[in-house]
Amino acid sequence: MVRGATLVEKIIARAAGRDRVTPGEIVTVAVDFAFAHDSSGPRRWAPMLKDLGVGLWDSDRVAIVSDHYVPAVDADSAAILKLTRQFAAEHGVRNFFDMVGICHLVLPEHGLIRPGAVIAGGDSHTPMAGAFGAYAAGYGATDMAAIVATGRTWVSVPETIRVDWSGRFAQGVAAKDVMLFLCRVLGMDNAFKAVEYGGETVRAIGMAERMVLCNMAAELGCETGVVAPDTVTFDYLRRAGAPVEDEAGARAIASDPDAVYGAVHAFRAGDLEPQIAAPHSPADSAPVSEHIGARIDQAYIGACVGAKIEDLRMAARVLKGRRVSAGTRLLIAPASSRTTTEASGDGTLQTLMEAGATLLPSGCGACAGMGAGLLAEDETCISSTNRNFRGRMGAKSSRVYLGSPYSVAAAAVAGCIADPREMLAEDAA
Amino acid sequence: MSGRAFLFGDNIDTDVMAPGYLMKLPPEQLARHCLEAVDPDFAATVRPGDFVVGGLSFGIGSSREQAAVSLKLLGVRAVIARSFARIFWRNAINLGLPCIALDDTGAVAAGDRLDLDLASGRLTNLSQKHVHVFTPLPGHLTAMIEDGGLMPHLKRRLGKTA
Repeated sequence: MVRGATLVEKIIARAAGRDRVTPGEIVTVAVDFAFAHDSSGPRRWAPMLKDLGVGLWDSDRVAIVSDHYVPAVDADSAAILKLTRQFAAEHGVRNFFDMVGICHLVLPEHGLIRPGAVIAGGDSHTPMAGAFGAYAAGYGATDMAAIVATGRTWVSVPETIRVDWSGRFAQGVAAKDVMLFLCRVLGMDNAFKAVEYGGETVRAIGMAERMVLCNMAAELGCETGVVAPDTVTFDYLRRAGAPVEDEAGARAIASDPDAVYGAVHAFRAGDLEPQIAAPHSPADSAPVSEHIGARIDQAYIGACVGAKIEDLRMAARVLKGRRVSAGTRLLIAPASSRTTTEASGDGTLQTLMEAGATLLPSGCGACAGMGAGLLAEDETCISSTNRNFRGRMGAKSSRVYLGSPYSVAAAAVAGCIADPREMLAEDAA
Repeated sequence: MSGRAFLFGDNIDTDVMAPGYLMKLPPEQLARHCLEAVDPDFAATVRPGDFVVGGLSFGIGSSREQAAVSLKLLGVRAVIARSFARIFWRNAINLGLPCIALDDTGAVAAGDRLDLDLASGRLTNLSQKHVHVFTPLPGHLTAMIEDGGLMPHLKRRLGKTA
């Protein structure tokens, strides 16, 4: 009997010109959309393309987003941004986004992430696009140079891990807590596997929270993370000005009921507590209660995963009517310019600023160890970002805890790790 | 030609191989800081032909190719680990730096002399007189490494051999 296929297998089969593919086999796929940023893109591609004597395979299918060295802080970063602009102009890249936010959010904001597409990104958090039902994987600079030169790459078909969630999150719990929990339970050693999220909880949450689930597939070590497209997906793309024409066709890429998974896990959202990952691994996570009272020098809300408008609103719910603790600093780097505009329009920004936050430019910033907000030796930070590797956000001896925007805001107020549910409960009382 | 083993643990990430705050440096200078957060002497003591031996999920983290570039520039012959992060694994092979997955990397001691035969899938521990056998890489990847990496390979395929 012929077995059913998973969403990821269906996309890869289509792009490989095959009826079906099997996990473990290596196939060549046609890439639908490729992108990179100022750090991984043009400055690395240009010499390789020149050496090959070719240009871009299709400049309309390549996007470039300057988000790492923005805004320039010295002559070197300014030179990288200048080179990136010149490359985009010379190669006729219409989808060039210069200092308007982080690639993984800016591209969906512009409707460029399409259900069913094969997406190759020059950044490890490319799987965030899987929230739209795309097969989106990250690649290094040489792989990306070959992809933008030829429009093709090879794929070792990943097996899919299915993770289902039922019920609703408690107040003060978010998709970020799901991922810190999963990093502990599933570990980070899942290379050449895909993770697919489903169940009523996932159907009920918005695109921003689905993006968190797929973004941190990277921390699980997975090739990609996916959520099957549905009404929530189509509504988002319609609002982005890029509606899906064939919704029935897009829905059909969902995994078949008899698809074969490498593993199937089921969890109850209502049982999940806020999670905190201790330095220096996202997998070293525990319920917030185990870290209450840990002193914090800096609270950071930033990055593709943790500074969307929905994340800023979570932080604002905790910070409303409260002040950042003396001796602690709260830095906020909205993930895109559009995020800042929305936050200023709905009062979120005012709440954050009145609480004593410092507003930083939109970009990858301190999360990538490049922008403003780096840590000194022996300093401790709690961050809404996705990784806390040793030295990633500054000095080698600095320490980074990871948490949801609720948990980061609560720590900023308390000056130490605190349970955001208690502050939200006080407000409700 | 044999080389010495430099041992590392599980989850050696890209950021300790190529620290973000130094990413603007030219590759040769960046390489001098490779792995310094976990072994401050590594970059100064590793010699061409030596091996890096890790545990689970070697190269986890970012897509930055500079992690693999740094090892390559330091002359590392190959990385041997229990498992690899996917992007690092692809990057390394694209640069012609072999990554070999072995279940029993724990048997290798620091400083052991190792000898690698990629085509036949044999890693010989000369110090312990032990041979580790592994499944050779798929044909198209071996061909790519033999060509010197993805770019030289692609150049040949595009018919523009230098």
